[in-house]
Amino acid sequence: MTRSLFLGGILSALVLLAALLSFIWTPYDHTALNIPAKLQAPNAEHWLGTDHFGRDILSMIMVGARTSIAVALVAVGIGMGLGVPLGLAAAAKRGSWLDEGIMRANDLVFAFPSLVIAILITAILGAGAINAIIAIGIFNIPVFARVTRGAALSLWQREFILAARVAGKGSARISAEHILPNVANLLIVQGTIQFSLGILAEAGLSYVGLGAQPPVPSWGRMLADAQTMVSLAPHMALVPGCAIILTVLGLNLMGDGLRDWLDPKLQGGRA
Amino acid sequence: MTRLPFLFAASSALAILAGAASARDTVTVALQLEPPHLDPTSAAAGAIDQVLYSNVFEGLTRFMGDGSVVPGLAESWEISEDGLTYTFRLQDGVTFHDGTTMDAEDVKFSLDRARAEDSTNAQKALFADIASVDVVDPLTVQITLSQPNGNLLFNLAWGDAVIVAPESIDTIKTTPVGTGAFTFTNWVQGDRIDLARNPNYWGDTPALSAATFKFISDPTAAFAAMMAEDVDAFSGFPAPENLPQFEADPRFQVLVGSTEGETILSINNKQAPFDNPKVRAAVAHAIDRQAIIDGAMFGYGTPIGTHFAPHNPAYVDLTGTSAHDPEKARALLAEAGLADGFTTTLHLPPPSYARRGGEIIAAQLAEVGITAEIINVEWAQWLETVFRGKNFGLSIVSHTEPMDIGIYARPDYYFQYDNAAFQDLMAELTGTTDPDARTKMLQQAQEIIANDYVNGFLFQLASLSVAKADLQGLWANAPTQATDLTAVSWAK
Repeated sequence: MTRSLFLGGILSALVLLAALLSFIWTPYDHTALNIPAKLQAPNAEHWLGTDHFGRDILSMIMVGARTSIAVALVAVGIGMGLGVPLGLAAAAKRGSWLDEGIMRANDLVFAFPSLVIAILITAILGAGAINAIIAIGIFNIPVFARVTRGAALSLWQREFILAARVAGKGSARISAEHILPNVANLLIVQGTIQFSLGILAEAGLSYVGLGAQPPVPSWGRMLADAQTMVSLAPHMALVPGCAIILTVLGLNLMGDGLRDWLDPKLQGGRA
Repeated sequence: MTRLPFLFAASSALAILAGAASARDTVTVALQLEPPHLDPTSAAAGAIDQVLYSNVFEGLTRFMGDGSVVPGLAESWEISEDGLTYTFRLQDGVTFHDGTTMDAEDVKFSLDRARAEDSTNAQKALFADIASVDVVDPLTVQITLSQPNGNLLFNLAWGDAVIVAPESIDTIKTTPVGTGAFTFTNWVQGDRIDLARNPNYWGDTPALSAATFKFISDPTAAFAAMMAEDVDAFSGFPAPENLPQFEADPRFQVLVGSTEGETILSINNKQAPFDNPKVRAAVAHAIDRQAIIDGAMFGYGTPIGTHFAPHNPAYVDLTGTSAHDPEKARALLAEAGLADGFTTTLHLPPPSYARRGGEIIAAQLAEVGITAEIINVEWAQWLETVFRGKNFGLSIVSHTEPMDIGIYARPDYYFQYDNAAFQDLMAELTGTTDPDARTKMLQQAQEIIANDYVNGFLFQLASLSVAKADLQGLWANAPTQATDLTAVSWAK
């Protein structure tokens, strides 16, 4: 196991733990306003301070982690669930109208900057966590479709696939039984990277007010709320900012580490 | 140490430069909202008056910074015994910025245009009682009313009643031509509007030779622009949390005054369950005003218990009618058959008083069992859904028009309050000119809407402005939406 996998794993596990813990315990009620106690710097009672309504920032970060993870997880799920079959189908029917159709449609989605699409979608459907998930999920589809198709294409040339064909398996069955298990490593790595991008996208959408709506806490909105208070209470911006950075860093390290670990070509070369 | 004399020389050179620059006679004032166009007589947008009122356009009467109404283009007036005929004597020698003379014909034209059938004036009710406007001679105008109206002089001071030049109407939205102390010179859309001193102004020549209005909508950018001294003043500073920093900084002064903005939690009186007065009362008792003022406005704002400005002599403090009492709110909900609470929507327009206040109110309502689902909207959406569509449960907005308690007599107004007794009272008020009787009626009106819990009455919006320490003459209060520059100057 590489060092980056270890470090990334620990950071990601911490965030996941915080999110899970928030279901049963947070230091304070994250929605409870206590205006006389507003804008407190980190102290013994409020470990990460309080915000402009006197809410406990640690509690909000913990519950916010839930929002971030849920949005990113479902969005990656949508991307994988739709993108992988599309990629497999395109690779199986290489050069056909199906392949062309799928890949050109992917190019179309790719041609737009992902966050702009997400803003467009939430602007049409309305702001909210569900629509943010859909928006982020949609631009994840082509990523997974491409990765899957690219890897699957080279697999289709291999002898064991030929053997499967000779055995009379159809392309759908071959894709599911032989191609998919062999691209799984790649998909896990890509999934980790997309997960971190999803967290960033959710924070970005919430920052501009299109993500989770109050009172559901979200790291991005916490940053937006902190914007005019940076000089008064810098911790209000620093805490969610660091939470986003550490989570994304952790996931990226983990993705890198996983790639190194899972990629047979690199095995033995490192370690 | 050898560098010290050089530094000293450099700093004294700077001091000399600064001295030369202090003979300043221009000012850059920042505002949050940019006007959609420049005709104050055909749109509701307060941003238009914020730039042009009293600077470019003037009416027969005008507001002063303390809210009093004084003569403007009308030098004096006489009111007939029966209160139906007002004879205005106009200032002599007033010219529009295009060089044409301002006379009684222009007054007749402006008022007739504003009150015409097809007029797009946003405040046509101001002119509703005017039966006719007649030219007696070039400097005398007679306004005849269909019924006595004690508010006429006040109504004519509004930005919607300014005198415009008939020749300029076609282009007024881009090149406004008025009679004011400043002429319009340039509008760079999305950035700024430039004004220059009017050399032929009929009144006192303003101290400033030119002025620029810059539009900065983002609160963070507003703070940065002020701190970097890119602008000399910010009228209507959008981030109250930053004001203590300006107060502590000797370079700046903070002007805290009152506005005509009654900030209310508007309730859709026709939508169930809000059609039940007990439910509205429950909402009112669930609200802790001081927490909202402290949390959303950082302490700036005066609690109100009715739709009336506290600085008005006729104001009655009715905050006790809807004191913060969650127990009572729960009891009232139970009486209304909603012991388990209910779910409604809370539409919030962009200003921070609404967005932050909304989060606080949603939390306070949750305490008594009411779930208010927050929906953040832009102004255009707010006008569409809430104001015109009346498709909302709750909303937060500041009603910034002066003396606007009359909106409660309009059953089709967006919060849809329909009370015949109140409507009769307002009709009677309009026909009353005796000041004491008017005060009594206004107080009675305030009590009716407070006791009916029409809306959640939150606080009077404070007028918050930041300016460089040596800039004088800016309005601290905002009796109407305006940034009057005629008396602004730099301290010597």
